Amino acid sequence: MSEPLAPVSNGSPAQAGDPVIEVRDVHYSIGGRKIFDGVDITARRGRITAFMGPSGTGKTTLLRLITGQVIAQSGSVKVWGREVTTMTGKELFELRQRMGMLFQNGALLTDEDVYENVAFPVRAHTRLPEPLMRQLVLTKLHAVGLRGAARLMPAELSGGMARRVALARAIVMDPDILIYDEPFVGLDPISMGVICRLIKQMNEALGITSIVVSHDVQELSTIAHDSFLLSGGKVVASGTPQELNSSEVPEVRQFMGGLDDGPVPFHYPAPDYAADLLGAQAGSS
Amino acid sequence: MSLFFAQIMARIVPSLAKPGLIVRQIYNAGARSLVIIMLSGLFVGMVLGLLGFDTLQRFGSEDSLGVLAALGMLKVLGPVLTALLFAGRAGTSLTSEIGLMKSTEQLTAMHMMAVDPLRHVVTPRFLGGVIAMPLLAATFSVIGLFGAQLIGVQQMGVDVGAFWSQTQDAVDLRDVTEGIVKSLVFGVACSLIAVYEGYQSEPTPEGVGLATTRTVVTSSVMVLLLNYLLTAAFLTKN
Repeated sequence: MSEPLAPVSNGSPAQAGDPVIEVRDVHYSIGGRKIFDGVDITARRGRITAFMGPSGTGKTTLLRLITGQVIAQSGSVKVWGREVTTMTGKELFELRQRMGMLFQNGALLTDEDVYENVAFPVRAHTRLPEPLMRQLVLTKLHAVGLRGAARLMPAELSGGMARRVALARAIVMDPDILIYDEPFVGLDPISMGVICRLIKQMNEALGITSIVVSHDVQELSTIAHDSFLLSGGKVVASGTPQELNSSEVPEVRQFMGGLDDGPVPFHYPAPDYAADLLGAQAGSS
Repeated sequence: MSLFFAQIMARIVPSLAKPGLIVRQIYNAGARSLVIIMLSGLFVGMVLGLLGFDTLQRFGSEDSLGVLAALGMLKVLGPVLTALLFAGRAGTSLTSEIGLMKSTEQLTAMHMMAVDPLRHVVTPRFLGGVIAMPLLAATFSVIGLFGAQLIGVQQMGVDVGAFWSQTQDAVDLRDVTEGIVKSLVFGVACSLIAVYEGYQSEPTPEGVGLATTRTVVTSSVMVLLLNYLLTAAFLTKN
């Protein structure tokens, strides 16, 4: 029988700044390709923690490790002091009931309207009377500015609206941790600003510990308290966004400055250019 | 697939707590297939009437057309053709729907909401298909018999009294049971293959397309194989 999930690892009352997520020396490979080679990350209670890095560095995979969707080959992943890598399916479901996740594309249920999408986790886990359910759902939709869109279908929403509905769904169970997977991708500046403000608002008003995965340096700089920059399977830098901006580490300078060449090369590994061209000519003649 | 089937079976009782989900799937798999089933049943029955009359009149027993049509529809054509049509219409729909839910991360989102997709998505769809299949097969057989009667009696001049009285005398409960058992077994097979292929599909457009194709091919071959095995089993029993 599993013990109930503890609020903090040492059993003492929860304090702002306590470690909530601890990733230690995690190694993870897919199909022989090394994704993580000894990653260490800590996310603290009540803070917005950003995971940044170039595309393909495993930022989303890190979220999947934290939420127990995939298991690391070695290392430790702890949430509220409980080891995720050894949790049973039931324990993982208990853990996830205290987490909300905003997916890159919203992942709304396409055969349900906005209202039912937000109500979905509540219906699955509680037997709330319909009037209370309505109040709860409309409150959350109002918080993201979409109370008037309650009866629209997901296909009728813009990308930004879909992401806001997904956010309302993610907070409907009042989670302690909110995970955002690339929340700014594909959004116009207005929608991006709205999502940015909402992330900050959720953190400040509700005290939710937030994890944001993104490569949008400008937006993250305005909201994140702590940042981790991933590259080459490791954390190459960590600190506040301002500290990362002033870092002299080449990987950090390339990423924060948006430089096209550097430790992450512009060219995908290939044979010598001239030899390749001459080889093609020789083949065609 | 055996493990997947066992996982579904373990979730049947819990999923009954939300009958609305199952009723919606019966509507999707059953009611939405009704037009194609009725039209196909009518045409198959009419062909059976034509060919049956042509063959039986050579032996001077065209009055037995009703028996031929009823037994053919109830025991073989109704369950088998309904299952093949079901695989092509509802089965592909189930596979592509679940496959697309997977590729758009809807199933992952459910996992993250601590909701079991096998219970909330797969099992209601499986049950909807299993319940809908015998109802569709019965509809197919009844409409098919009407089609055979339309051709045999109205067009070829078979005596209407002889058509129905001989049918009533020849068809007994065992024949009806055989049809029901077959359509139930086909319902389990086709629905299981459809939801399995969707759930296991690669979360890409190509993966969903391939899974949909596999659903039709596997279901069709399985239905024909099971039909042979069940027919042999019923003949041995009788």
